[in-house]
Amino acid sequence: MEVLKLAAPETVLVVIALAVLAVDLLALRGQPVSMRFGIGAAVAGLGCAATMLMLLGRHAHANLFDGMLVVDPLTNVVKAAIVLLTLFTVLISTAGKFTEHVGEYLALILLATVGMMFLVSAEDLLMIFISLELLSLSLYVLTAFNKRNIKSAEAALKYFLFGGMAAAFTLFGLSLLYGMSGSTNLHRIAEGLAGKGMDPLLIVAVVTTLIGFGFKVAAVPFHLWAPDAYEGAPTPSAAFIATGSKVASFFILAKIMMIGFAGAEGSAAWRTFISGWMPAMALLAALSMVLGNLTAIAQTSLKRLLAYSAIAHGGYMLLAVMANNEAGMAGLLYYVITYGLATLGAFGVVQVVEDATGNDSIISFTGLSRRAPALSLCLLVFLLSLGGIPPLAGFFGKFFVFSAAVGADGNHLGLLWLVILAIAMSAVSFYYYLRVLKAAYVADGADVTQATNMMAVPVATLAALVLLAFLVVILGCAPALLMGLLQAGDQVGH
Amino acid sequence: MLAWTIYISFLGVLVLMLLPRDDARLARITALTTAVAGLIVALMGSFQQANPAEIVTITKCAWIPTLGASYYLAADGISLTLVVLTGLAAVAGILFSWNIEKRTKEFFAFYLALIGGVYGVFLSFDLLLLFVFYELTIIPKYFLIARWGSTRKEYGAMKLALYSFIGSHLVLIGLVATWAVARTSLGHASLDLKELAQATLPLEFQKWAFPLTFVGFAILAGMWPFHTWAPTGHVAAPTAGSMLLAGVVMKLGAYGCLRVAMVLFPEGARMWSGTIAVLAVIGIIYGAGVALVQKDFKFVIGYSSVSHMGFVLLGLATLNTVGLSGAVLQMFSHGIIAGLLFAVVGRMVYDRTHTRDFGELEGMGLSRALPFAGVTFVLAGIASMGLPGFSGFVAELQVLMGAWKAFPVAAVVTGIGIVVGVAYTLRAVQKAFYADGADRTNMTHGAHALEPISIPERLAAVMLIGVSLVVGLYPSVLLNWIEPCLSSPLFERLLKGGAL
Repeated sequence: MEVLKLAAPETVLVVIALAVLAVDLLALRGQPVSMRFGIGAAVAGLGCAATMLMLLGRHAHANLFDGMLVVDPLTNVVKAAIVLLTLFTVLISTAGKFTEHVGEYLALILLATVGMMFLVSAEDLLMIFISLELLSLSLYVLTAFNKRNIKSAEAALKYFLFGGMAAAFTLFGLSLLYGMSGSTNLHRIAEGLAGKGMDPLLIVAVVTTLIGFGFKVAAVPFHLWAPDAYEGAPTPSAAFIATGSKVASFFILAKIMMIGFAGAEGSAAWRTFISGWMPAMALLAALSMVLGNLTAIAQTSLKRLLAYSAIAHGGYMLLAVMANNEAGMAGLLYYVITYGLATLGAFGVVQVVEDATGNDSIISFTGLSRRAPALSLCLLVFLLSLGGIPPLAGFFGKFFVFSAAVGADGNHLGLLWLVILAIAMSAVSFYYYLRVLKAAYVADGADVTQATNMMAVPVATLAALVLLAFLVVILGCAPALLMGLLQAGDQVGH
Repeated sequence: MLAWTIYISFLGVLVLMLLPRDDARLARITALTTAVAGLIVALMGSFQQANPAEIVTITKCAWIPTLGASYYLAADGISLTLVVLTGLAAVAGILFSWNIEKRTKEFFAFYLALIGGVYGVFLSFDLLLLFVFYELTIIPKYFLIARWGSTRKEYGAMKLALYSFIGSHLVLIGLVATWAVARTSLGHASLDLKELAQATLPLEFQKWAFPLTFVGFAILAGMWPFHTWAPTGHVAAPTAGSMLLAGVVMKLGAYGCLRVAMVLFPEGARMWSGTIAVLAVIGIIYGAGVALVQKDFKFVIGYSSVSHMGFVLLGLATLNTVGLSGAVLQMFSHGIIAGLLFAVVGRMVYDRTHTRDFGELEGMGLSRALPFAGVTFVLAGIASMGLPGFSGFVAELQVLMGAWKAFPVAAVVTGIGIVVGVAYTLRAVQKAFYADGADRTNMTHGAHALEPISIPERLAAVMLIGVSLVVGLYPSVLLNWIEPCLSSPLFERLLKGGAL
């Protein structure tokens, strides 16, 4: 019973997923897709809202079955953030025209969310792997959901093959860890590894684990699936992969590194590299930031642009993991959550424009400020937040991460070189975000009729987007709201 | 009270966004009301402040406790000077944009957002808050130029936005590093400018953090060789845009150099002051020289801005009270005069003749067609050349006196720049307004075709000339604000080395 009580939010979501499936199959057969989406989304949305209330309302501390299910304030906040992102994903899906299997689609999104939630609660290798697979398998199917589009199938296959390989790497790394430490619990692993130094086996374990998670979070050079998957997948699915899944993956990556590999950090300080996970991650971070940002400049499709920008943002988040302290953890979570809100919003705008114009190239955003002023204003907020312009949330995410990384080891400023690189690259990123906004706000568009006709924006989507934009602005003006939660959770947790 | 300058401006943005789309008149009146209210608050707040030497707290409350950042607005005499300048420039800019018909309400919304950000920078005494306001100005700037500008507007706007963004990112590196280093020496996280100024930052650190931060800000102040955004940006911008760019945005950069870079890293400033002085002098002479050979009327003013901002940087580099107060006074003075010059070129001349080419303007006999524009430009030119009676004279004299003590050679070489400054101003006056080549027929044709100078334009021009005259004749009105501040604890460590 203890399990059911502690896993109540997850249980509720599973029940809701089944309910959505049942309602759609039994009651709504033969109804128009939009109505089925509306009712399904209402049920799913209410379920998500209820789950969030449950998560934020409880203050329990528990650790079941030696780290299989850890419940503390921090994981509650992270789970609530994930459920919030799911809620918004469901809302922006409602106008979707990509599938008639509404029940299955919504149920899969909810099941993926359950996977993320268990992942966040896990401090045990087995549980981590199982939830990771539950999450990934749902996402593969969500990617392939547009049956009429061959690109969707291609994207899903690419994602699946890369993902399968990544799972193999992860499993290999985890099995080595178990072999060396004799435990699957992260804390126990750290104890088991203590004092052994960097023996070759440990290095292999570190590297393969990092490769596996590198795929998951799309860090360069393991990022190749991301642009294709984002472009081919139905837009809400892509949004979900880019946001909710990122929050969970980064949280667990940080946990594995900070807890499981404690003592095997090494050092990535400038010119004093010591082998460990730090220098390896520094390499991933640097490559992600540089390649992600530079490649994004050349993109013409906004979804691909967002994919590369997601890769670049992944680089900044790795930097937060490398801070390897509480400030770094809090900064990472603040960053990934606000990044999730902004990215989800940007994908939502893409979805609307794509439905109206037929494609997601930057050109089709021309004159958006006049065709759909409110939508355009939302896009402005999301992209500027991603670009790191104050007073939007994205800027403070960056500031938290950078200050945590620079202040990580007292006065030595060891990671300053990476921070400088990150800041330089963030200046580059401003250019491509501004390019999109230029199309929306400055260019008048060659086709006058296209530029002056108002664009039809589904009400539910617009409401969701406005709410997202509002959150991004609020978290920017008062970052302490979220930061306070994260830090309070973190301090109690450790 | 002064904080309301910020709030009023952003409130104006909100109101404008809610106005009906096509009512240009209402948008103009709303914008003007907002700006005038801002100016009144700025003036009242400034003259109420009993002791300008003191840093008077306006608002202070916790903002991001983990970082030690607070929402801390305060003002000393330097802030007051620049806040008043912002208010004046804002009102004048709106009066000179009275003729904007295309998407009027959006224009003024971006305009007021920019103004609000500028007020914010001048009143922030928390480093992060200052930075937030500083970056907040970039986006409105971009859209003002890219949408309502002229010649190569998208290029000019993007160049300006990228230069600003790169500059502010240099500052961001310095800011993050300073936060981390100061946390160790202070024992707690803080971003309070006053506290940080008291923290002893290691010499090694100041040695590289100072140039990084200083250059980051100085890019926006138009320091040679990072000035290239300025002429293209000014030329591309709509009239009110160039007035704000030259009038207040370049001041943001210079203000940041003084308030952040030099106050936080006094030893660093001392190490690098020679280099800055050299760059400043090059900027003065180079800007003047390039202005002398321009064919485009607006480029002349654009490069003259680079030259005049060189005086500000030279004043900063002197590191003595006379030079620094001259620099601040020059910020004010140039803000007023450059705004006026851009208004004459962009609004009075270009909007009517649709050309800025000296060759074409020479044939129009503008001094007869637009006598008011001619007189205004002559007066503004006189002020810009630094003739006694106008604010430019006092300011540049102070800078030179300061420079004479610190870098006598630089002061002498700067003389060349002043001579060239006289030359390009006279050349512009002569070519644009008083050319001999204009034949009678052409002149009368021109005179009929051009609409007369409107009342808002006259009002704004008289206001700016008046302010420049008042400050020129009675500089103490501002120097009484500026000079005492420099003896406050904030500048103590900066100035104690510069023996005076």
